Amino acid sequence: MNKYALTEDQLMIQELAKKFADEVVAETVTDLDCRHAFPVEEVKQCGEMGFMGICVPEEYGGAGMDHLSDILVMEQIARHSSSLASIIDAHASLGSTPILLAGTEEQKQKYLVPAASGEALCAFALTEPQSGSDAGQIRTKAVLDGEKWVINGTKAFITNSTYASTFLVAAKTDLEAKGSRGISVFIVPTGTPGLEVGKPEEKMSNHSSYSCPLTFTDVRIPKDNLLGELNRGFPLFMKCVDSGRVAISAVAVGMAQGVLERAAKYSKERVTFGKPICENQAIAFKLAEMATEIEVARAMLYNTARLCDTGLPFSTEATMTKMFCSEMCVRVCDMGLQIMGGYGLCNDYQVERMYRDAKLLTIGEGTSEICRMVVGRAVLKEY
Amino acid sequence: MNILVCVKQVPDTTEIKIDPVTNTLIRAGVPSIVNPFDAYALEIAARIKDKTPETTITVLSMGPPQAVAALKECLAVGADKAYLVSDRAFGGADTLATSYTLTCAIDKLEAEHAPFDLIFCGKQAIDGDTAQVGPEIAEHRDCPQITYAIEAAVENDEILVKRETGEGYEILAAKMPCVITVTKPNFNPRFPTIKSKMAANRAVITTLTVNDISVDDTKIGLKGSPTKVKKSFTPPPKQGGIRIIEETAEDTAKKLFDVLSAANLL
Repeated sequence: MNKYALTEDQLMIQELAKKFADEVVAETVTDLDCRHAFPVEEVKQCGEMGFMGICVPEEYGGAGMDHLSDILVMEQIARHSSSLASIIDAHASLGSTPILLAGTEEQKQKYLVPAASGEALCAFALTEPQSGSDAGQIRTKAVLDGEKWVINGTKAFITNSTYASTFLVAAKTDLEAKGSRGISVFIVPTGTPGLEVGKPEEKMSNHSSYSCPLTFTDVRIPKDNLLGELNRGFPLFMKCVDSGRVAISAVAVGMAQGVLERAAKYSKERVTFGKPICENQAIAFKLAEMATEIEVARAMLYNTARLCDTGLPFSTEATMTKMFCSEMCVRVCDMGLQIMGGYGLCNDYQVERMYRDAKLLTIGEGTSEICRMVVGRAVLKEY
Repeated sequence: MNILVCVKQVPDTTEIKIDPVTNTLIRAGVPSIVNPFDAYALEIAARIKDKTPETTITVLSMGPPQAVAALKECLAVGADKAYLVSDRAFGGADTLATSYTLTCAIDKLEAEHAPFDLIFCGKQAIDGDTAQVGPEIAEHRDCPQITYAIEAAVENDEILVKRETGEGYEILAAKMPCVITVTKPNFNPRFPTIKSKMAANRAVITTLTVNDISVDDTKIGLKGSPTKVKKSFTPPPKQGGIRIIEETAEDTAKKLFDVLSAANLL
């Protein structure tokens, strides 16, 4: 049944992602999460199948599909693993999109082509210890010294760092400029002397996706590694943040769907007082509410993805979608875990992990509060 | 290397429904898949192609027009060409008529293109479970066959096959051409990629009708099928048995003796 009016290609990619998620991701996710292990094999397989460069044009080795196709894949993978979906999001929506949008032909051949095939993992380095939400306040700086840029500073919570081949780094290039002005983006290959990847943070969510501190000590890169225009880095990053917000919303919808499936199955199997618990309204009402929440979120998500694919403005909508979907996911995880009672708290039943992972979604890629600020500004501008 | 893989589209369930009047399968409303053993056969062929890239893999199926979907799935995971043998005249075929019809289709493909060095089939289809069509194709063609293969590799002008038996494994070498039927290996078929799946979706699959292949009309379809189905049913699931594992072999034997005695079986 094609209830979201998807195209034939979109249905096909959704089916492919579902098969991969159900047969491969679901099998390994719990073990990887318990061991805090990075899904090396799964990421490799995603690359082979074309999931690491869905929106990258075919001439650069991608699948050349639309954003809605990307959303459908993220949703299916997140039904089982928020970590793996986040790795792909950080790599594709955030890490390789800037190269696609602003790269020279040479940069695209050198960095985008291996990124699209999944051969080279990308990481997006914007956040710093003292500047997360107020990304304009970064202190990492880059100074031109002859034919080389010299970068100094620190970054924090950078997803994919441990396994990344390519870092996209935001640094201040005009120290006089105020706020978000005077920032540029640089391509820094891993292994460049002076770039140190720190130990992954021990965090509550996404145990299999590594977020690390980075230190840049006199990191020298060729002049040509400047991405896009000098001092125009912030608007470039912000464009990627918009598509990143759509992708993370897909992680939220997919994960909520995964929780609904698990909770519904459990409620039919679990018998108390002589009948399956799903026959109690207290449980059925929760399931109804969860399913409705997901339906609303998904409709909103697909609409935003379609705006993006049509070339219409979608920045405010992307932020609204991210805010609603991530908070929806937290609510659905809470209800799902409650339905599953004591077993819901146990790692084997997986909703315990999803409940932990969901919380990341209201914080990463723009906290709920920052999202409200952005949306509030847009509302006041309009009315 | 020129390889043919015979595949069948089957209902995606082991609890298939049978029409009580005609005693044939009810296909409507049941999702269809490529018979899993055929998918393994294709994977083994694709692994030969990985090593010898100039290999061509053709897939051939006989069935209703919707079996095109199964062939497209095969094109997405390693097959280069696909043909569907489909005609009302072939309907109601038993294994003998099916293997005869497929053999005639294979003759036609060989006449038009090149002879096949290897013909792979799944050991059996999960709906009919006869395990007869593969071996019958070999008999019709009067060529060697190796059944229950789990691995196959081409070495010089021979095919080396690891086959599963009740006692263990055998490794056989055979001259080609050869028919090989495949059982479950210890690896899974590869996944399609976005690109291979899109290309397969758009592929046009040639259908061969009774007019396209030369057949003896008395050997095809219901008329050419000596098998008469008396009754089809799903056997009741086996009741769980008991496991006897005591500390020592002697205690285990004693316990077994007690159990059998108690049931008046000794």
